Amino acid sequence: MRVNGEETKWTETVTLLRFLHMNGFEPKSVAVERNGVIVPQRDFAEISLKQDDVLEILRFVGGG
Amino acid sequence: MKTVIENSGAELATVAMRRANAGGRENILEHVPQGVSLLPNTSGARTAAEAVRIARLARELNCGLFVKVEVIADSKYLLPDNAETIKATELLVDEGFTVLPYMYPDLYAARALKAAGAAAIMPLGAPIGSNRGLLTRDFIRILVEEIDLPVIVDAGIGRPSEACEAMEIGCAAVMANTAIATAADVALMAKAFRAAIIAGRMAYLAGMGRQLTTGEASSPLTGFLES
Repeated sequence: MRVNGEETKWTETVTLLRFLHMNGFEPKSVAVERNGVIVPQRDFAEISLKQDDVLEILRFVGGG
Repeated sequence: MKTVIENSGAELATVAMRRANAGGRENILEHVPQGVSLLPNTSGARTAAEAVRIARLARELNCGLFVKVEVIADSKYLLPDNAETIKATELLVDEGFTVLPYMYPDLYAARALKAAGAAAIMPLGAPIGSNRGLLTRDFIRILVEEIDLPVIVDAGIGRPSEACEAMEIGCAAVMANTAIATAADVALMAKAFRAAIIAGRMAYLAGMGRQLTTGEASSPLTGFLES
């Protein structure tokens, strides 16, 4: 699985929500794109990650 | 950061979107004071498509539907691409965003942005981070005169006097970062900016006096003491 441009270990039957918790991401503070499609926060618990998924996990930072 | 925003009197703070770090618990929103609205920007976008993508992602964070469209393909001068900015503005206005586009002060581009539904236009004063001031002042004046939208100078302002001048010209607001961030005393500089912006706005509303090429006496021309 690819997360933010890096190869990451994929665990079977992990939901996106669980993945975020396990890796120290705060679900309320991130926007997620999975294989080029935005996943709304309310669906994080519904998405089961697949081995060839490509995730972008983003959050706000200062600057413009 | 919170103190600086409070001292500045800012009502809007812009934030960018970047990849989150695993394990990183920092949340920039904790540093934005209550009552200050968030303006997510599309920093990083080099095309309209990338700007739209970033705006849609930012929308997921439930901070409202304001977006600053920022489309920059050149990394040396960081000048915005007006053509791509217009395209992104059209697309995002259609999706219900309130769009504040960052642009190079071109009258035709400004008209196109207004036609596209932009809520304001944000022409640059000088390149981002340069602290060079209102290099584009004459062209900002043209936009203030010709475009029926709030004009917000964004980028290049380096001193409070420049923010004051932008307001005297008739701009609705200014956006600044580097001028404050690179000051020796950031908290004090933020206060200086607030004072300058209020002064400039009052001067604009007061209607500034005329300029002469000659002199005109300020005291009476009669009743002089005989020598």
